[in-house]
Amino acid sequence: MATQQLDCKGLNCPMPIVKISKAIKKIGAGDRLEVEASDPAFQADVEAWSKKTGHALVEFTDGEVKRAVIEKAA
Amino acid sequence: MALKVIETVPGGETEGTDTTPEALLARIQTLEAEVASLKQEMPKDKATIVVFSGDFDRLIAAFIIASGAAAMGTEVNLFFTFWGLHALRKARTFRNKTLPEKMLSAMLPVGPGGTSKMNMLGIGPKFFQYIMKQRNVETLDDLMETAKDLEVRLVACQMSMGIMGISEDELMEGISFGGVAAYLGDACESRVTLFI
Repeated sequence: MATQQLDCKGLNCPMPIVKISKAIKKIGAGDRLEVEASDPAFQADVEAWSKKTGHALVEFTDGEVKRAVIEKAA
Repeated sequence: MALKVIETVPGGETEGTDTTPEALLARIQTLEAEVASLKQEMPKDKATIVVFSGDFDRLIAAFIIASGAAAMGTEVNLFFTFWGLHALRKARTFRNKTLPEKMLSAMLPVGPGGTSKMNMLGIGPKFFQYIMKQRNVETLDDLMETAKDLEVRLVACQMSMGIMGISEDELMEGISFGGVAAYLGDACESRVTLFI
């Protein structure tokens, strides 16, 4: 299981999910994407994105810089 | 020997059900046909947005929603009509146009217009662009590029192009052309439809 880092700090809506959707295409099923973002809407957006696309949001840490770990679905 | 089962339906009425293999097979076939026809009527994972306005702020909203939806795996169609067409306009030409068309070409904008509120004779868009840059929000041009990159389909309404005197060569590359039936064909299959 590989983990890919994705820096979305400083980006605003809708760019974090745009970047995530592009990055997830480049990793294999079961691999993880670790995203750091500062967009205030990031939590709501990444939760909705993972629910809609079926890729699991396995971890979320709130804060000035938010951290989300997404596992690519098979 | 065929069994006759008497069922009590929640509604209170009693109904006899034929359980012979032939009757059950016939019921399965009827149900399968019904499921297949319902599947066709189900909305697909599509969003169809009419972009009627050429206002800078409304265009930003349209392209943010379009890019977001595309990033979530939804197929997005944007239909540009009337003032919205100007957002796709990259050039102004006068060749092969009638006099009214030439007048319209001279008067109507190339590219996004002002803001829908606080336009302040055109200062509005510059003001908002400045704030957006400060806050690192994507510019309208970047959002349009992002949408195209995510394979959002941009469709120009040919009838309003005719009314506005806009020719195909004045619009940006990579767009499609269509009419109301093309829009409705997509809209009827969409879960999300918006008019901006």
